[in-house]
Amino acid sequence: MADFLSTGIIDSQTLQKLNLVPSPERIRMGPVAIIECPQEIPCDACVAACPSHAISKTNINSLPRIDFDKCTGCSLCLLACPGLAIFVVDLSPTNGKAYVTVPYEFLPVPKRGDKVALLDRAGSEIGVGEVVKVVMSRDRTYAITLEVDYDKAMSVRAFKISSRR
Amino acid sequence: MSQGDPLKNYRITEHPILEFKRGKKKTFTYNGELVEGYENESVLAALYAAGIRVFSKSKVLGNPRGAFCMIGKCSSCLMEVDGIPNVRICTIPVKDVKNVKSQSELANPPATSSFPGKRPANINVDVLIVGGGPAGLFAAIHAGKYGTNVLIIDDHYFLGGQLVKQTHKFFGSKDLFSGIRGFEIAKKLVNEIEQNSNVQAVTQTTVFGIYDGLTVGAYDHKNRRLLKIKAKQVIVATGASENYLVFENNDLPGVMGAGAAQTLMNVYGVKPGERALIVGAGNVGLIVAYQLMQAGVDVVAIVEAMPRIGGYFVHAAKLRRYGVPIYTSHTIKKAHGKNYVEGATIIAIDSRFNEIPGSEKYFEVDLICLAVGLNPYSQLLAQAGCRMAYIPELGGLVPLRNKYQETTVSGLLVAGDVSGIEEASTAMLEGGIAGITAIINIRGKKLKDAFMDREKMLAKLEEIRSGPVFERIRKGLEKVIVSG
Repeated sequence: MADFLSTGIIDSQTLQKLNLVPSPERIRMGPVAIIECPQEIPCDACVAACPSHAISKTNINSLPRIDFDKCTGCSLCLLACPGLAIFVVDLSPTNGKAYVTVPYEFLPVPKRGDKVALLDRAGSEIGVGEVVKVVMSRDRTYAITLEVDYDKAMSVRAFKISSRR
Repeated sequence: MSQGDPLKNYRITEHPILEFKRGKKKTFTYNGELVEGYENESVLAALYAAGIRVFSKSKVLGNPRGAFCMIGKCSSCLMEVDGIPNVRICTIPVKDVKNVKSQSELANPPATSSFPGKRPANINVDVLIVGGGPAGLFAAIHAGKYGTNVLIIDDHYFLGGQLVKQTHKFFGSKDLFSGIRGFEIAKKLVNEIEQNSNVQAVTQTTVFGIYDGLTVGAYDHKNRRLLKIKAKQVIVATGASENYLVFENNDLPGVMGAGAAQTLMNVYGVKPGERALIVGAGNVGLIVAYQLMQAGVDVVAIVEAMPRIGGYFVHAAKLRRYGVPIYTSHTIKKAHGKNYVEGATIIAIDSRFNEIPGSEKYFEVDLICLAVGLNPYSQLLAQAGCRMAYIPELGGLVPLRNKYQETTVSGLLVAGDVSGIEEASTAMLEGGIAGITAIINIRGKKLKDAFMDREKMLAKLEEIRSGPVFERIRKGLEKVIVSG
């Protein structure tokens, strides 16, 4: 049994092996979704949410597949995913920074320009990032885009505001 | 009278997902003292918000006891309400009560002879559905689509079952509301029932027996009268209750079902505690842990006796990235505190579930949530004479049935968790299948559309259950689904 099922933490290499990560070239071209959904569970919310028809499942339990050429990084799947397991990563900036968009369902909601503590998949603080975009869905899930150091783009998956309730 | 801090506001004022519609303020008395609640709150929730943590005393030693399930399945919150003893205060609204008294000893029958008993009301229906959760609502919607004179009964004061406290978006398939929050699904389903003139809904009514010829006994708590219901078909969709766990001081107030904490915070907007330990890393434990955090409660850890997390990876991952530890191969050893939980000790266990001495860890917590499985609430089916089987993979005692959800008692069908613990999508499908089957049984085989609709749901059910996370459930179902 894969270790991530014991820990609840997956690493980038395992995600790559499961073909869930786009190529580095693709991520450098602009925003793209990464679905960190490595276990076969019955769900198709992402498939239905994608306006570009880039996400598919062969049956309701199979792992989701993204056609990374069709994906525009629009974040609609990120807002729809019941597992809060979808992130959008963008390595196109050339200033040594990258953008990572994460789902967020806590209070308070950060504002553009706020500095926040960046968290990796294990909840460890790995630096400070800046909130560059805040989008709310109709059902109150937020997509928060963070500007982070380029080399942290594949590690940052959450953030913490010091006064988070 | 209050065990909590009387100056503290336990009601949640801001929530990332929910807005609480508590209704108007209303006072009632509790053991003679005035308590201020809100009309739509349960009496239990209003007392909890007032700082009450002890809801009964043990009968011999007088130890304080908290409330465990908060959804009308257990007996930990029985009180005397306006002269009637043994009322579950978790399923009556504040707007209906005047005087509430705790019961320190075994209750006596009402002292006055003016108990407003009325003659039983005789009711004839085509289809009676017992339970207004996802399975029952789906059964009612589908029975009401192809038939008439459908009655759905629930013992709570609103329909929706446990969907009403699910703030997360649901998995499953698009046609079964994937991506929609559970409480929103409840609203949609209840709304559909209200729009359908073929379906009547009755709340605050407990079905207590199913007798020969599908004569059903029920008690209407609000109008204080017996109902004698004659039904052509009965669908039991009574859901499940939360399991208890043996450990030292497990009866201290502050130890409660994870679902109870969820009910308090998500249905009534009352904070169940400040710092929580969750026991069990199945989907319920993981989901409730996250929702506690959303309600502003610190979750210090989750313990899981098995060597791996039982719930979905994605539910665990969203906790881990906020730094919540999940201790697999660990169990709770002891709850600490005199009258209320003040801490918990956990301990590592080996592959044979023996405690490993010296591995204890102590956490300062005021809330211990037990998420150690659910148990089918199948007493009615056993009482009605259904052939039952104890199936560990399905959570306990469940009825034998065919794939159309028909039990061994003619005209008696079953759907949802009461037929085996699964999840909401499969409960809805089972409900739909049972609802259509009931109508086919009444109206004969001419209903082409109904047959096709049922076949579609059977296929969907099979598809959902074909996945690896349903392996154990499939094993269980093989033992109880009989041909016929």
